[in-house]
Amino acid sequence: MPDTIGTPVLEAPPAQGSEGQHMVLNMGPQHPATHGVLRLVLEIDGETVVRLYPEIGYLHTGIEKTCEAKFYHQVVPLTDRIDYLGPMANNLCYCLAVEKLLELEIPPKAQWMRVMLAELTRLNSHLIWLGTHAMDIGALTVFLYTFREREEILRLFEAVAGQRMMTSYIRIGGLALEPPVGFFDRVQAFIRTFPEKIDEYSNLLTGNPIFINRLKGVGHLSAAQVVALGVTGPVARASGIDFDVRRDMPYSSYEKFQFKVPTSTDGDVWARYLLRIAEMRESVKIIQQALDGMPEGRITANAPKIILPDREKMKTQMEALIHHFKIVTEGFAVPAGEVYQSIETGHGLTGYYVVSDGTAKPYRVHMRYPGFASLQALETMCKGRLLADVVAVIGSIDIVLGEIDR
Amino acid sequence: MVDLPKITLADKNAVLEALSGHPAVKAILGWNPAALTDARFDRGELTLTIVPAEIRAACLAVQAAGYNFFEDMTAVDWFPQSPRFQLSYHILSHAFKERIRLRVLLDEPDPSIDTITTVWPSANYYEREVFDLFGVRFEGHPNLRRILLPDDWQGHPLRKDYPVEGYR
Repeated sequence: MPDTIGTPVLEAPPAQGSEGQHMVLNMGPQHPATHGVLRLVLEIDGETVVRLYPEIGYLHTGIEKTCEAKFYHQVVPLTDRIDYLGPMANNLCYCLAVEKLLELEIPPKAQWMRVMLAELTRLNSHLIWLGTHAMDIGALTVFLYTFREREEILRLFEAVAGQRMMTSYIRIGGLALEPPVGFFDRVQAFIRTFPEKIDEYSNLLTGNPIFINRLKGVGHLSAAQVVALGVTGPVARASGIDFDVRRDMPYSSYEKFQFKVPTSTDGDVWARYLLRIAEMRESVKIIQQALDGMPEGRITANAPKIILPDREKMKTQMEALIHHFKIVTEGFAVPAGEVYQSIETGHGLTGYYVVSDGTAKPYRVHMRYPGFASLQALETMCKGRLLADVVAVIGSIDIVLGEIDR
Repeated sequence: MVDLPKITLADKNAVLEALSGHPAVKAILGWNPAALTDARFDRGELTLTIVPAEIRAACLAVQAAGYNFFEDMTAVDWFPQSPRFQLSYHILSHAFKERIRLRVLLDEPDPSIDTITTVWPSANYYEREVFDLFGVRFEGHPNLRRILLPDDWQGHPLRKDYPVEGYR
């Protein structure tokens, strides 16, 4: 093993401060406010944060290595488990990357469905963020409200994919199944009432003086710092970076939808809160457009050597049976090349880098998840602030350790 | 936005000719044409292969040309081919709404390259990850320690000669 530079974080002696020696405080990996298994090593002077060091890797499962041993289509269920609060978005990003390698044409209905499900995923992700963020601050009620609506989204996922969290519904070349009868009505019913629910959360928090005092002016990031530290998504947009790949580098027909990208220039935790609330309202509009304009037709591309045939056809047609056998036993070869595909998930800019050597297994799959980069900005946001602000800042960058450790 | 052709260009000269107006191509050629060893345009993505010793200067050149955001960096192990390691830097431009890939090839026995954390501090964790999982060293990195695996881990799991099940 080559020599490393730098010392393990706990070995460096804490510096001398104004009120005696600095204290080293270990936050996590089981601290309830650290969301999963994030461990922070803090050096504090009294109650002021002097140094903050995130120690990650507790959830590392080597998914990137596992991908190299699977067929392309077997990687889809692995992607669910990375950002486990946004399974459809993970599926989508991976499938878009492989479809780019295969140069597959996806039918409009599948694309509209993907947009709708990606936006439902964003709502799901933002609802959990809102509930846990408010709970960290001490507003316990909101959590119960947001989980009520999240439950409805999970039921929609279950209806369409048969699974609540690990959906694997978006597949290479299209979707796994036709949506069930009455599915669109259920989505419509959910969307009709959801804006009122957002008002409910807003009523509980936006005018709440304790909540405002804990959030306003905390964890400030300037636009230049955002670019330097690689922060993306709502956190970047709250600091004035007007960039959203849904609008600026559209994928999966997002260019055919009308929506606003909310931005702010305040750059603090409060601005991020308001921005995510505004994003939820925009997501509702996108889902409504997807429902209104849902095209008719196939949900998979016309590629029998890549997409599993219908069960019915398998029982009656020799060709379909052969294709099914071949895809399941030996996968499908993907032309050699390398692609990078990025999408906007609830947390920010997510990207998949897939390298193919022309065989049926990916040569290399790398995932870029926004939380990994956002953690680098944590020290900048917390330095010189009080210890209690750290909790507010962690909540505002909306991290899921599954996506950071992979 | 940058206008991009819908074809595959695998040859360096063909890419430089077809994309002569591309801001990243102009920036690299205007800075140091000798540092550009290969270029490829495939599936709408531009890949520029840079001499390893010049990566930091190349990043500064594309940064000055408007590619302001470091998005991602990772490695590919082409074992047993030589050169063995490929580093892929994905650089995004908020203004052009476009992404380029800078590619560097490194060989054993001691794969090492200059850090780009002086250009984009956000590369810090990404370089640590590549160090951790591939064993590529980044000279001048402020804190080059393992990031995902424990400090006393043996070997670099994403290398192709490391078994999927690990060593038992």
